[in-house]
Amino acid sequence: MSTTMLRNSTLLRSALRSAVPTTTRVAAFSSSAPIKAQATLPDLPYDYGALEPAISGQIMELHHSKHHQTYVTNYNAARTKMADALQSGDIATAIATQPAINFNGGGNINHTLFWENLAPKSQGGGEPPSGPLAKSIDDHYGSLEKLKEVFNTQLAGIQGSGWCWLVQDNETGALQVKTYANQDPVVGRWHPLLGVDAWEHAYYLQYENKKVEYFKNIWSVINWKTAEKRMK
Amino acid sequence: MAYTLPALPYGYDALEPHFDEETMRIHHTKHHQTYITNLNNALKDNNELSTLDVQDLMTRFNDVPADKKPVVRNHGGGHANHSFFWKNLTPNNTALADGPLKSAIEKAFGSYEAFQQAFEKAATTVFGSGWAWLILKDGALKVVTTANQDSPLMGESVVGASAGYPIIGLDVWEHAYYLKYRNLRPDYIKAYWKVVNWEYATKRYKEGSS
Repeated sequence: MSTTMLRNSTLLRSALRSAVPTTTRVAAFSSSAPIKAQATLPDLPYDYGALEPAISGQIMELHHSKHHQTYVTNYNAARTKMADALQSGDIATAIATQPAINFNGGGNINHTLFWENLAPKSQGGGEPPSGPLAKSIDDHYGSLEKLKEVFNTQLAGIQGSGWCWLVQDNETGALQVKTYANQDPVVGRWHPLLGVDAWEHAYYLQYENKKVEYFKNIWSVINWKTAEKRMK
Repeated sequence: MAYTLPALPYGYDALEPHFDEETMRIHHTKHHQTYITNLNNALKDNNELSTLDVQDLMTRFNDVPADKKPVVRNHGGGHANHSFFWKNLTPNNTALADGPLKSAIEKAFGSYEAFQQAFEKAATTVFGSGWAWLILKDGALKVVTTANQDSPLMGESVVGASAGYPIIGLDVWEHAYYLKYRNLRPDYIKAYWKVVNWEYATKRYKEGSS
């Protein structure tokens, strides 16, 4: 399948992006948003084929339009079920719905953050970090290369499905590399700076079982600017 | 004494068009082999455990030294599960014949169709990587799931209510179906009924009941 067929119109994408400011997307996850907020699939900030050769256009299209879309759809169904159960005082059903919220809501959050912390080379993908984040990385890990080593070792150690995140401690500002199982999102004491999806669907069509190669190649499309913006 | 990759009882293309050749080849020669390599590495200084048949090793999981447990859980589990899986599939699939296993299924689920639905639902709703199983526990059949490479043979302390004797099992890790089925896990699950080995399942049922 030719990559050009997979690309959405760049003009249309730019128009959509300028019409929907980032804060609107983020608001869907904040506690001040109305409880009836429906999740919607966010538009990618680049074309499906733009991250090649690190990640194939075929994978990007499936990953975004099928996997992420499914998390959005199933989250909305679970959210409605949870809201109704809470409304009617059906505590048992509310509790039984928690795993679906965790899994699908987490899947939506994780993938939304992921698309934003990836970029084609032409949009700064792979360019090393600067400013406070660069300094913090050097302070914590010695160098960017050392951080990547730590990060990739943890990625390779994930058993089954999961994610690896560079996170920042909300209290101390310290950096950490943490892995999360399945679609568990970064919550609580830390907030996410950048993440890599280690689920097999994120790489299998291109890399098959050679996940270490995927972990090595993805750094060429990591958008450090996004991570810098997420730093507090 | 090291574990070795068991040969498939059929060719890599034998389960086409339901399970594709490329997946079978990578699944067997790469994924399963990696579990074996890592298991051997973990148990290289432990002759008592590494000479056990891997299915027995699963039942003895609690005897594994604490520092080796995570590796044995993932890679011993992987070796045990996949060794079972290849035998649990066949190119000569037939419907489940009348007999003790069919009667037990009908008794436990009401009908064979209800069992199929329960198994399909379980396999579909595994969040992340794992397996769906029909197991025999305390004389009764049940459909359960395990996460990652946990085996029902590991016992209650590891897998809780999923502990039991496997009769059939289905790998729902994405590597088991992604090349052919992409994100459509339900289609892969439906295809499983065309390759499941009911003869082996019946043998397992008799073994587990004795």
